[in-house]
Amino acid sequence: MSLAVLHAGFQTTIQDLGRYGYLRAGIPPSGPMDREAFVIANRLVGNDDNAAALEFAFLGPKLECRTDAWIAVTGAEVDLRINGKLEPLWAALRIRSGGIIQIGPARNGCWTYLAISGGINVPPVLGSQSTYARGSLGGIEGRALKEGDLLPVKVILPKQDVLEGRKILSQYRPSFPAEVEVRVILGPQDDYFIPDGISTFLSSAYEVTHKIDRMGYRLEGPSITHRAGPDIISDGMPAGGIQVPGDGQPMILLVDRQSTGGYAKIATVISVDIGLVAQAQPGRRIRFRAVTLTEAHRVLRQAEARLAKITEAQS
Amino acid sequence: MLVNDIPQGKKEIEKRSSMRVRYLPAGDRALSVEFGATISEDLNTRVLQFDNLLQKACLPGVVETVPSYRALLVYYDPLLIEYESLVEQLRRRESEIASDVRRPTRLVQIPCCYDPELGFDLTAVAEQHGLTAHDVVRIHGSAEYVTYFIGFAPGFPYLGGLPEQIATPRLVTPRVKIPAGSVAIGGSQCTIYSVESPGGFWILGRTPLRLYDPAATQPVFLRAGDRIRFNPVDRVEFEQISRNVDAGTYRTNIQETA
Repeated sequence: MSLAVLHAGFQTTIQDLGRYGYLRAGIPPSGPMDREAFVIANRLVGNDDNAAALEFAFLGPKLECRTDAWIAVTGAEVDLRINGKLEPLWAALRIRSGGIIQIGPARNGCWTYLAISGGINVPPVLGSQSTYARGSLGGIEGRALKEGDLLPVKVILPKQDVLEGRKILSQYRPSFPAEVEVRVILGPQDDYFIPDGISTFLSSAYEVTHKIDRMGYRLEGPSITHRAGPDIISDGMPAGGIQVPGDGQPMILLVDRQSTGGYAKIATVISVDIGLVAQAQPGRRIRFRAVTLTEAHRVLRQAEARLAKITEAQS
Repeated sequence: MLVNDIPQGKKEIEKRSSMRVRYLPAGDRALSVEFGATISEDLNTRVLQFDNLLQKACLPGVVETVPSYRALLVYYDPLLIEYESLVEQLRRRESEIASDVRRPTRLVQIPCCYDPELGFDLTAVAEQHGLTAHDVVRIHGSAEYVTYFIGFAPGFPYLGGLPEQIATPRLVTPRVKIPAGSVAIGGSQCTIYSVESPGGFWILGRTPLRLYDPAATQPVFLRAGDRIRFNPVDRVEFEQISRNVDAGTYRTNIQETA
């Protein structure tokens, strides 16, 4: 029971929700770039949130499904074909053994998820199946997939009537605006910037450059001025941490980030909005809005409740 | 116990509590506990002691902690614990950082080959200090280092304890590729490149050990707080140890010290 990789696509990796407890050894959590899209894909096919699924960037893979299963594709806007026929995203789809899944280039967004009922089944490394390619950990041989790989799948075929017709209503699917507002909590080193630097950061649009990957996104826009240089005494780098090196251009650190960093962090993207950053493709613009910690936690609880609602609605 | 230990202890606690520990939100899922604003072994020891306390305490809602020079980043799940409540619990434990309790540490012997082919910056470093390459090796190899923390890359140690005589400003233009295992210095820091990566440090030698081995059960064997000594080995020994490491038969010399 497996998925056979006919074409690998771009940066196609196996991910679960991530590897925790090893940042102290310099090993990042990995996991999905867009957590919400990932979790929805798993829930659509009846999996636990942490089941291993595929993530790919911009160009999807071509796969042969060698088992009867249900699949769901979420995340960026792509063309999904099963046996040549165009199928909807954000929906549970029945596929028969021998079926060919083909996913085209992303029109909007960057990262796409393909979940399969039962989940992909590779041995966990340090408690997680997630691939950390830079450190050769997890997934298949610690690397992105390549043509010829066979991905073992757990054989759990949920009852037809449970998954049939499951989908996410269009009003709950992401839109991909040219300019996205991202909420941040200032700090922990906002005192390393002059007041003008902070207001530049909060009032300007920053364009996503082509220098983006699972480690982080480099942005380009009006230069943010430090008080006395960008260097701090290196310390821990949270997910969504926005560091500003000497060139004054912000860089947002994501799931495969370095565990510690030596540049001042002007702000940190709130966890609910990290997926928005991840899906902003090169050329799109990001504006930052400061919120309080209390507000961020309120937004997080709302987002969890919303996720529960939109994924329960169909079951 | 000596009688005068008690007042000294009290004085020490007063001194410490007067040094303000800062709690700073680092996004909505982490907070940074800053113990000071300098790089020093004393400050780092407090960070590691606090880290140790939290690891033992297993506070509900705390996901993981990441020590660095002078701060501890505490990852938490805000759906399981309120920020204020977490800060209050951490504040309470701050006072348990006892100056007189020695943290258990380990002494790790790292074989290092100072062959100029592997330590290709030896001569350049020696020239900057008016020393011979042999002097640099002697000075570097005779010091004991302390692992402040592991960070930046898997298994990458930040080591303090480099003798000032050979402290050397970093390269102006970082190199694109530094081989894994390279033992290097930059400023008053020493490190060992755990993976092949770019870098701006001067390369003095190379260890045959793998500081990061993704195939191992524990891919990273060094820990914050470890003391390190470099044992000079010649090229023949280097190759021999490399083969043993490849074969999985090399036992790293790690002594537990109380």
